[in-house]
Amino acid sequence: MKYLVAFGRFWWNFIVGDDWTVAAGVAVAIGLVAILVDHDVNAWWLLPVAVVLLTGISVWRQAGQSEEA
Amino acid sequence: MSTATVLIGLGAFFACAVEMVEALTIVLGVGTVRGWRSTLIGVGAATVVLAVLVAALGPALSQIPIDALRLVVGALLLVFGLQWLRKAILRSSGYKPLHDEDEAFRREQAEAEAAGGERRAGLDWYSFTVAFKGVLLEGLEVVFIVITFGSAQGRLDVAIVGAVAALVVVVVAGVLARGPLERVPENTIKFAVGLLLTSFGCFWSAEGAGADWPGDELSLLALVAFLSAFSWLLVRALRRRRLELRPAGASA
Repeated sequence: MKYLVAFGRFWWNFIVGDDWTVAAGVAVAIGLVAILVDHDVNAWWLLPVAVVLLTGISVWRQAGQSEEA
Repeated sequence: MSTATVLIGLGAFFACAVEMVEALTIVLGVGTVRGWRSTLIGVGAATVVLAVLVAALGPALSQIPIDALRLVVGALLLVFGLQWLRKAILRSSGYKPLHDEDEAFRREQAEAEAAGGERRAGLDWYSFTVAFKGVLLEGLEVVFIVITFGSAQGRLDVAIVGAVAALVVVVVAGVLARGPLERVPENTIKFAVGLLLTSFGCFWSAEGAGADWPGDELSLLALVAFLSAFSWLLVRALRRRRLELRPAGASA
């Protein structure tokens, strides 16, 4: 069990990293693209916009946290 | 040769190079203090495990329908790439310390000197396990990038050639330098890799979700340019924020 938890933690840290909200935001954005495409909207532009918002918010928040530390 | 193929080769090359520099620092630190035999056997064992992973996962992924593969691989690359990009932005703006290979090398040497001399299977166990773990963990990141990059575009061969080229360049440079590769502009390379991973992640996950990019593969170049400009602006804004927070009269 200990090894299973360690294995899971390794992959979580490896792929998701220190800010899970970015991964959650990416999942929501991809889901929205799929829904919009299903409604005949070619939403290729949505992911670059999501990347800008998610990166900006995450980095700005982490900068604030390192200033407080 | 298409735009995507060139970018896949470059991405695999730089990602592998940056991870290999870190693995090389660990191997050199242990090898110079405790001897080379067990260290190199550890490196060889980890390389075999990584090669088996590529050989097993590469063909297995080719059995998955391309749209589903691009959706999953694109999403993974996007999340993974954003991690690299965010860290590179924070390092460039001074909010996160730069990786110091010389410091890592000295720390590795000090730990190797302090470790005990346990022997198992005729090997210096410390040298073997540290070299094995170092190469395996850094190599896993490379394998992840090579397999995802290569499989989503159906060009695993290009990604492998890029990774092998980087391996050769880094090992030759390490042997010639006989020390950690301090002068490698690591954060710049990580920035470039982060941009490539994020751009490919955007491209493939949107395609996998059914969207069509204007200009098809050419839009990858536009994505890289757009994200580069955005990252540069974000670094500038963060640097300005740091300067404004610094107490009046404080020196740089």
